[in-house]
Amino acid sequence: MFRSQVGREAEALLLPPGGARPRRWADRTFRGALTAPGLVVVLLVAWIAVELTGAAMPAIRRFGPAFLWTSRWDPVHNVFGALPFVYGTIASSVLAVVIGVPISLGVAIYLAEIAGARTARLLSCLIELVAAIPSVILGLWGIFVLAPWVRTVVEPPLAAVLGWLPLFSGPAYGIGLLAAGIILAIMVIPVVSSVSRDALRAVPQEQREAMYALGATRWEVIRHAVLPYGRSGIIGAIILGFGRAFGETMAVTMVIGNRPQIAPSLFQPAYTIAAALANEFSEATSDLYLSALVEMALVLFAVSLLVNGAAQWLVSRMTRA
Amino acid sequence: MTTLRNQALSDALARAEPAGSVGAWRLRVERLHAYFGRVHAVRGLSIAIAAHRITAIIGPSGCGKSTFLRCLNRMHEVVPGARVEGRVYLDGEDIYAPYVDPVTIRRRVGMVFQRPAPFPTMSIYDNVAAGLRLAGVRDRRRLDEAVERSLRQAALWDEVKDALGKPGTSLSGGQQQRLCIARALAVGPEVLLMDEPASALDPASTSKIEELARTLRETLTIVIVTHNMQQAARVSDNTAFMLAGELVEYGPTPQIFTRPGDHRTEDYVTGRFG
Repeated sequence: MFRSQVGREAEALLLPPGGARPRRWADRTFRGALTAPGLVVVLLVAWIAVELTGAAMPAIRRFGPAFLWTSRWDPVHNVFGALPFVYGTIASSVLAVVIGVPISLGVAIYLAEIAGARTARLLSCLIELVAAIPSVILGLWGIFVLAPWVRTVVEPPLAAVLGWLPLFSGPAYGIGLLAAGIILAIMVIPVVSSVSRDALRAVPQEQREAMYALGATRWEVIRHAVLPYGRSGIIGAIILGFGRAFGETMAVTMVIGNRPQIAPSLFQPAYTIAAALANEFSEATSDLYLSALVEMALVLFAVSLLVNGAAQWLVSRMTRA
Repeated sequence: MTTLRNQALSDALARAEPAGSVGAWRLRVERLHAYFGRVHAVRGLSIAIAAHRITAIIGPSGCGKSTFLRCLNRMHEVVPGARVEGRVYLDGEDIYAPYVDPVTIRRRVGMVFQRPAPFPTMSIYDNVAAGLRLAGVRDRRRLDEAVERSLRQAALWDEVKDALGKPGTSLSGGQQQRLCIARALAVGPEVLLMDEPASALDPASTSKIEELARTLRETLTIVIVTHNMQQAARVSDNTAFMLAGELVEYGPTPQIFTRPGDHRTEDYVTGRFG
């Protein structure tokens, strides 16, 4: 670009004779060397998709789309329906979002609108550290601290007050969907809160001042100017959190109870796709069993890609505008 | 010094106004200092703003004119680290008194900003109604009336009356700015502060905004900050010239532009710097 601006004479002056060619060659090699890894990543994703589809083919042929909405998971008779896992995955992720999003939004609003610069920086850093905790550790904490706490402190009062709802009925196990939802919420909060914080920070100051100038209080400015403006970014953050909860394996496996059932109660154990994959691959004895697991992996893979893609599109649209 | 200048000002205004209107000050500012952290942006400024007049604040960029304007509706303090000292009286009431709620002041002293900033998720109607809704008005008929009145006042009604449900951001830049004026007017302010309201607009839209200011002065007091001297000369009744946070000269606009008393004012209005 620069070269075309200065014109040929200047170019002749700037570059020693014969110097241009090797430099261009070096440039091209350099660019190639940097483009290749990028392409490799894309190819890798495509390759995974192809491999998964290939390996899932026997199950896809055998059960068709009904795989997704039948709930008999019977390795002994080689009948596989993924519905309990699909349900467990969706239910635990939705629960994580329901619990985690209000907290994350509170954190984001505090960081972007209320906290001073230094407090905000420190707190952001701490919250992002939560995301760095290995999920096995969260899982262990879930088994030894969270699950007993849920069983003794959270579930009995919920059952006492809201027990007439199927959602909160039945005995308190501790280990189950609710515990998984809480663990996932903890894992989702750093993502959702930091992405929404960025979305709120991207709201132009003029929007806030315009609302102030109409006689708004600080809360009204946040409620009527900042949050609506940052809406698409916040939605993106929530979807991103959803995507995070979706694919999370270890911590969930440790607290969800791993029982392939669709129970109305949040107190009951459930099973997620990711947990089933981790637990059952080693014991998949028949080819069809393995293929059915791979098909679930394919579903998880596709949904994760879609969800994360959508979220990133929303977030980038917001922060660019 | 300050009192002398104010004396000179009221004399000047007394000559410019019909008898009896001399005392009609809407705003009185006494020894106003404004800070951003360590930056001392407005340095002991005193001025009186006449009711139902357009007062232009001119001066080179960075002279503190926008900051000064933002002190008149307690908008300055919205910025972290900002601080104000001194007194500002609105109809004789000190707006910086400890018991005064800035929210009520901002309802009485509206503001229009440099860049039009309609709320992007709201329709044209909702943009105009936003301030009233904040004030607790829920009655649909009252809102309808106020929206129409304000849009008429802002000379936008005829252009948007069939599209009130469309997003405010669907309008052109000039229309958006008039929408923002309508939005400010809907609350029924006594004073309208305009911070370079036309600097982001094309000439046709600029002249519309100026025309609008001229008609609005019947019902309101307007203070307009501008770096465009032709604009100040065209629209304002009184002009104040600021330099480095201080008020250099203040008087009837024709006098400031034709017979300035201070050589710095003369240098500025004749384009020798700034």
